[in-house]
Amino acid sequence: MLAALRHRYGILLVLAIVIAVLPLAFPSSYYFRVASLVWVSAFAAIGLNILMGKAGQVSLGHAGFFGIGAYAVAIGPTHLGVPSLVALLLGCLLSALLAFLVGRPILRLKGHYLAIATLGFGVLVALVITTESRWTGGPDGMSVMKLTLFGWRASGSDTWYWITGGLLLAGTWIALNLDETPTGRAFRALHDSEIAARVTGINVNRFKLQAFVIAAVYASLAGSALALMNGFVNPDQAGFLHSIELVTMVVLGGLGSVLGSIVGAAVLIMLPQVLTVFQEYENLLLGAIIIVSMIFMREGIVPMLSKFMMGRRA
Amino acid sequence: MPEFFQFLVSGLTIGAVYALVALGFTLVYNASDVVNFAQGEFVMLGGMVTVFVHAAGVPLPLAALVAVIVSVVLGLSLYWLAIAPARGASAVSLIIITIGASILLRGAAQIVFDKQFHKLPAFSGDTPVQMLGAAVQPQSFWVIGGTAVMVLLLYVFLERTLLGKAVLATSANRFAARLVGINTTTIMALAFGGSAAIGGVAGILITPITLTSYDVGTLLALKGFAAAMLGGMGNPLGAVAGGLLLGLLEAFGAGYISSTYKDAFAFIVILAVLFAAPQGLFGRRTIERV
Repeated sequence: MLAALRHRYGILLVLAIVIAVLPLAFPSSYYFRVASLVWVSAFAAIGLNILMGKAGQVSLGHAGFFGIGAYAVAIGPTHLGVPSLVALLLGCLLSALLAFLVGRPILRLKGHYLAIATLGFGVLVALVITTESRWTGGPDGMSVMKLTLFGWRASGSDTWYWITGGLLLAGTWIALNLDETPTGRAFRALHDSEIAARVTGINVNRFKLQAFVIAAVYASLAGSALALMNGFVNPDQAGFLHSIELVTMVVLGGLGSVLGSIVGAAVLIMLPQVLTVFQEYENLLLGAIIIVSMIFMREGIVPMLSKFMMGRRA
Repeated sequence: MPEFFQFLVSGLTIGAVYALVALGFTLVYNASDVVNFAQGEFVMLGGMVTVFVHAAGVPLPLAALVAVIVSVVLGLSLYWLAIAPARGASAVSLIIITIGASILLRGAAQIVFDKQFHKLPAFSGDTPVQMLGAAVQPQSFWVIGGTAVMVLLLYVFLERTLLGKAVLATSANRFAARLVGINTTTIMALAFGGSAAIGGVAGILITPITLTSYDVGTLLALKGFAAAMLGGMGNPLGAVAGGLLLGLLEAFGAGYISSTYKDAFAFIVILAVLFAAPQGLFGRRTIERV
């Protein structure tokens, strides 16, 4: 099984098996819910990893796109009478368009300047969502109409387990395939050295923008899925701390590793669930665990483990 | 016109706090290249510790001193326990570590203190002073004056003392600083302790006006970061100018345009500035070496 993880379709196969087999061990619907949360977050993290891990650009405002997707499926059916699925697509379109427009000037920036610009963008989206309470319900959030497809209503945590699981498989498949395309190679080139990439004729700005738009669409889709699953949205999903959570999933799992993003998401989603037993000590422990894991696993869990396995074999 | 002056004073007051947060940011960034998102938590700590020590019957100046000491101790611990062991980690990893630290500090504050809003008495009464038709809280003078004193002290420290020059040398070139015998690790710890002290003082000064609670740090850190960027990252005077500018923008924006979007102005401006001048207002252009 571990050898399979070295091959592109091996990862996909193992993931499919895990998704299919996991429910056998679930004692209650609560587990379905937590697992679905992991799949959704992993999906968003995989998208962000294309931007961060492959193209080497940081975004501290990615929850902004997540929020746009989430509120698209909330506002569309409630206020505009648009069906959920169309609203979801409109959300993706809006996120892509916004990423395209904002990305053009932002992605010229480097390092901490790029960090603060993306952060500013994310904070602005969250502020608009919090303030325009006529549309969004303000800080309290709003409820989301259930997804209905040809008369079939998607509800129940096991249904959403399979929907989000399928979504994650599709997202993983696309991300893995991207690696081997000219675009994927261009991402890697500009990750290693922007100037070298430019010298070899790669249109650096175009590919950065492409990575940004792809990551935005991933986040938007994840946001829509989560909103439809929960039947509820609130501004925290677009907030700064959620952006950081996504970045932490990517970095903790391993920059550039698709599998890493899934592992990172699993750790970061399950950790608070486990820590709730510590009640008021939850934040204290969460902070401590983030610090300690970044110190001792700075390359990320998956790259570290794979190095460990390789080392043992040699 | 009185309206204008009113906005000016409130802008400078809140801007002074942003300036202090940005100054702390810059000090740490220059010495260690770390963008410290936990900077806002020291402002929270300065306010909260003073409130609770004062409530326990300790006179205000002494309570403030305790708060600064607590901030410095935690700033040093942040460096020794979280930043120093992560030496060589990437910039994003370090950002995540400092955010982890800010979550930790916030979590600790909600246990040690509580989740309520708290107020400190103003240092010299609540009777507003009439100036040019505007009513100015006496505490505003404390905030602006206190900030000026902090900036001056930092300037004297950096320019007139041997230790300060070692900090500057470390900022300029860490490797060369080590070659001439400067213990750069100590300098970095000093920068963390110093910036924690600056943050703590900011929290003590502003709490009588804005109140404080365990979770005020995040937004302050974001705005402090924005202010530091606005001035050009790594430039202490730029940080102060950026902070004051941000405060003024917020006050005038809230007064003349929209008060519900008060918090948005900082980020709209930072985006606009970065679009036009990618190195910040007072930053120097850098050239990438291949």
